[in-house]
Amino acid sequence: MMSYLPVQDLVQPEVAQKKSRMRSVFGRDRKAQVGLFILGFFVLIAVFAPLIAPFDPNEMSLNMMENPSGTHWLGTDDLGRDLLSRVIWGTQISLFVGVSTVTLALVAGVTLGVLAGYYGGWIDTIIMRYIDLQWAFPNFIIAVYLVAVFGTGLLNVIVAISLAFLDDFARIARSMVLTLKEEQYVDAARVQGFSDARIMFRHILPNALAPLIVQATVSVSYAILGEASLSFLGLGVNPNTPTWGLILADGRSFISQAWWLGVYPGLAIMLVVLAINFVGDGLRDALDVRETG
Amino acid sequence: MWPARPLMAAYILRRLVGAALVMLAVATLVFFMIRLVPGDPIAAMLADSGSPEAREAMISRLGLDQPVIVQFWKWFTSMLQGDLGASIYGNNQPVTKILAEALPRTMSLAFISFVIALLIAVPAGILSATRKNTATDTVVSLFAFLGLSMPDFWLAILLIIVFAANLQWLPAIGYVPLSEGFWPWLSHLILPSIAIGTGFSAIIARMIRSSMLEVMQADYMRTAASKGLTMRVQMLRHAFPNALIPVVTVIGIAFALLISGAVVVENVFAIKGLGRVLIQGIQNRDYPVVQGAVLVVSAFFVLANLAVDLLYAVIDPRIRYS
Repeated sequence: MMSYLPVQDLVQPEVAQKKSRMRSVFGRDRKAQVGLFILGFFVLIAVFAPLIAPFDPNEMSLNMMENPSGTHWLGTDDLGRDLLSRVIWGTQISLFVGVSTVTLALVAGVTLGVLAGYYGGWIDTIIMRYIDLQWAFPNFIIAVYLVAVFGTGLLNVIVAISLAFLDDFARIARSMVLTLKEEQYVDAARVQGFSDARIMFRHILPNALAPLIVQATVSVSYAILGEASLSFLGLGVNPNTPTWGLILADGRSFISQAWWLGVYPGLAIMLVVLAINFVGDGLRDALDVRETG
Repeated sequence: MWPARPLMAAYILRRLVGAALVMLAVATLVFFMIRLVPGDPIAAMLADSGSPEAREAMISRLGLDQPVIVQFWKWFTSMLQGDLGASIYGNNQPVTKILAEALPRTMSLAFISFVIALLIAVPAGILSATRKNTATDTVVSLFAFLGLSMPDFWLAILLIIVFAANLQWLPAIGYVPLSEGFWPWLSHLILPSIAIGTGFSAIIARMIRSSMLEVMQADYMRTAASKGLTMRVQMLRHAFPNALIPVVTVIGIAFALLISGAVVVENVFAIKGLGRVLIQGIQNRDYPVVQGAVLVVSAFFVLANLAVDLLYAVIDPRIRYS
């Protein structure tokens, strides 16, 4: 274990410096604070949905398309279901899809990118040709096509969106590894006889985290928008699951009589995505990552 | 110094070959992916009406009784001749015909969205850069964030509620070709284009802002100021054209947003463009149509990126040497 210490010493300062810089920027960045606050609010709603929702989200009643009132704060839909309860339950699905999708894309994309960057040669060629190919499609079109091929449903939507985002993470991870593998501490680790896997994931990756964290944050917002768009098009999760996109799709035909069906679910999507973008922007400043567009 | 012509020609050729190879790979991928459909695609396509005879007929019509490589070769060579097969739905229209009808609609939509996006982004970007850290800058930046965060289909619904259903200024759905008059054409495109263009404009505005801020630090800007040029001339004649160079690169990325936007928004406004054809194809399990639409959409995207790269090489000669 002692032989590992000098390497640690070379890695540690930069990480510690970034942490403290992050704290100070988040302390000053009003936008990021607002983002964190809104996001925290929605996370609480998602976690406590069963306790907070005043009605069963799928319970139909004869009070169809009722205006927002004391009983139904956000009104009811064409089947008499309580819109507030549906939006609250929708929060769970949206956040779950956002986070799980990005986790999957991050793990798969980073693994591919690190392998390509670290080993180079034919491994790099094969992986990057695939990534380049995927680059030829807009992400959303990939997700639509995958759902078309494999069918709708929660799991398929998560897999489809994460596959669509995988290339972004692979590219970033690869380019970071290409730069970092020339660093002294990597040579030092190699001299000490550490395995490739250990060097890749314990020594190089922690120093490549900053741009990946920023990309992951922004991707959560894209994933939430992607799921909402797929659901809106009828290509998302099961039609009985109240998701924000699906609630909007259901309400679309009635918006001239019941505007609230077209307004509130979209407002929820926008607030969450806005909050994530605020936080992502704060992180980008804090971790000093250049915007790539 | 303007580099020699052959260098540019070689660059263009290299990029053209690259784009052709990507399209080739995309076509191959699209062909084989469809064959991964779980279950029995023929049963899915025939729905409940599938008698054994109808099944046999469809299998032989689609050539599915032949080896996959033969199928691929046939599909591929017909594709190169502009034949993408026929829709299995309704009156079996050729896919090429369906796509040819849809393409002008999506192109019109993309064009107007692009114009609207620039009309918003250029003044917003310049304004926030020249008034950095003022209230104007904050307001522009907040609007950019809102634009980025608003789902396009939701904005589409809001626009319909306000401008079509309540104020009745513009039509809520449909498309009218340009041949039937400029205003009928444009009036049907304004609302969907705003829905698509807003997010797009937010990206470009932010890019113009940061690029302008960088350019404003350049030596030639100090020269322009010391010559006594007005602020307006400094910004519009000296800073803005130079600030546009990096902006061109993100237009390719933003174009993806525009196409994805069109797929969703066309479905809100019932415009039968590429997006609606694609989604209806998926809903009807009309695989030849889905295949064709995905191919055309990605060709659109590959060509846009190619155009951006070439444009960038024209604007910034350094690119050609790399």
